[in-house]
Amino acid sequence: MTNVLKVENVTMQFGGVVAVDNMNLEVNKGEIVSLIGPNGAGKTTAFNVITGVYAPTNGAVYFNGTKIIENHPQGKMKKLYKGENNGKYSSVLAPTPDKITKMGIARTFQNIRLFKSQTVFENILIAKHLRRTSNLFTATFHLNGKEEAEMRKQTEDLLRILGLEDVKDEMATSLPYGKQRRLEIARAMATEPTLLLLDEPAAGMNPQETEELTAFIGRIRDEFGMTIFMIEHHMDLVMEISDRIYVLDFGKPIAAGTPEEVQNNPRVIEAYLGGAVDE
Amino acid sequence: MTKKKETIINVSLIVALLVVLYVMEHTIPSTAMIFTVLKKGAIYALVAVSMNLLNGFTGLFSLGQAGFMLLGAYTYGILTIPAEQREFVYMYYDGGIIHFSVPVVVALVAAGIVAAAFAYLIGLPVLRLKSDYLAIATLGFAEIIRAIFQWDKLGPVTNGSNLLKSYPTFKSVLFPFIVSGICIAVIVMLINSTYGRAFKAIRDDEVAAEAMGINLAHHKRIAFVVSSFFAGISGALLAMYQTTIQASMFKSAMTYEILLIVVIGGIGSVTGSCLSSFLFIILSEWLLRFLDSDMYIGDFHVPLLRAGFRKVVFSVIIMIIVLFFRKGIMGTKEFSVRGIYNFFTRKKKAAKGGDSND
Repeated sequence: MTNVLKVENVTMQFGGVVAVDNMNLEVNKGEIVSLIGPNGAGKTTAFNVITGVYAPTNGAVYFNGTKIIENHPQGKMKKLYKGENNGKYSSVLAPTPDKITKMGIARTFQNIRLFKSQTVFENILIAKHLRRTSNLFTATFHLNGKEEAEMRKQTEDLLRILGLEDVKDEMATSLPYGKQRRLEIARAMATEPTLLLLDEPAAGMNPQETEELTAFIGRIRDEFGMTIFMIEHHMDLVMEISDRIYVLDFGKPIAAGTPEEVQNNPRVIEAYLGGAVDE
Repeated sequence: MTKKKETIINVSLIVALLVVLYVMEHTIPSTAMIFTVLKKGAIYALVAVSMNLLNGFTGLFSLGQAGFMLLGAYTYGILTIPAEQREFVYMYYDGGIIHFSVPVVVALVAAGIVAAAFAYLIGLPVLRLKSDYLAIATLGFAEIIRAIFQWDKLGPVTNGSNLLKSYPTFKSVLFPFIVSGICIAVIVMLINSTYGRAFKAIRDDEVAAEAMGINLAHHKRIAFVVSSFFAGISGALLAMYQTTIQASMFKSAMTYEILLIVVIGGIGSVTGSCLSSFLFIILSEWLLRFLDSDMYIGDFHVPLLRAGFRKVVFSVIIMIIVLFFRKGIMGTKEFSVRGIYNFFTRKKKAAKGGDSND
């Protein structure tokens, strides 16, 4: 199997606080992989490292076999660095989030971040901007009519496939919560990624909405051949659709495996229930 | 309504406007206040729209507009003063160091390009800043530019703190209308393009925009440079209107006036900016002029009215707007033929099939 995403010895340290500690993980093509862990375990930080929001303090990230991110402790972090594998990495590769998206990794956010003043249709249309071939001049003087039409058509198609067609002219923020989540995923999909990172897609959803979302995520994987890596707290959702699960505690991966393996792992139970295993 | 029909209506409206202006010019004496309003209003409309592109559509709170207008005005003046006049204009600097002049249109474009070039250079460090800090930095830039242009050592080019004059100006009110019209049309086209959508995305949510693959630095720079380009052109127009240029004209108060226009018109509305710039000029140049002079009703000396009181009234207006009408006249809506058409047809439809649901 080819791995789409490989996180190698990534440590993210803010001053003296180690948020992600020597993390290693792999996501294979076509898989749905979940990252779980108690609050403050460093899950979102891990996402932010992968998507270029933060440059890691140490470590590297590979996408489709190519190294896309690499860093090593520099400046004052040289003294402060507490993680492992110090000195293993020497070069610096720190693309900004937009470059990462261009490579084919799209993400959603824990707290929904839609473009508030715009309609559902426009929200998705914006995601088509990065695949443009027109430049400022041709775009301004509308010499890119063909491309513009193509962008709009692709947006329409995506809306239809993802079942948001009936609300396409509504303001993004006027949608019910569940649909806003869905729109955010649709918008990420519109950037034509091969890997989709979902940060707590079911946060704040009721059981019925969660169920719908579970089906929705499954459909995306099947219909678009998407690889999905997600952070989630709803265990029903995680256990139902994940192929594999990574468990993070205090920035360290403490367990990995299929949903059954993880559920029965004593270290996981300890992390979640707080050391009540032996009693 | 079809797109073709809409275009025809729009074009005929523009032609009608120009014809009306033309007729007015030949019937009303040219000293009438209405022409001052129209000329200055058209110029301020352009600079307000250019500022709106930055503040309203890209979400970059910049206060450097007066600085870019100054650059445009000076570029225009320096390039167009006729060679034989330079001796008199640059009388303290032995006729200056430039001894040629270029056609008006070339100078107008050059005015935009110089402003844009400065914007590019300033933008490199300044656009890393956000919100208030960006405003402070750009405001500082505008003040520094003004000081530099008054510097004696640059006299052979800028004429120091003396006036630049004798360059070609316009007489007809049609000139600023056509130039501003073309420039505003280009800005509107930019806003409606895929780049415009990217700007709006940055305004709404920078983090999400970046996650959508929009290169923040690149797009902010484009918005900043394009906005400054048109501010430069409007500066050149203003120079033509005023017939003289002096660096001290372009104080930060000018930026605030433009900001006031943008806020009154609605942040994020092009037509709002245009409307409110005329409104602002009508009020400040015409209707509220009386506030600045002493007034007697019979023997009664009206209190408060004296030089400068107009500014007080404007300050109060801006406070009222910021407190109670934050959206301005238009909010983020646009005024268009289609909009009016839809408004009326919707009413008709509602009246026709009021309670039948078929």
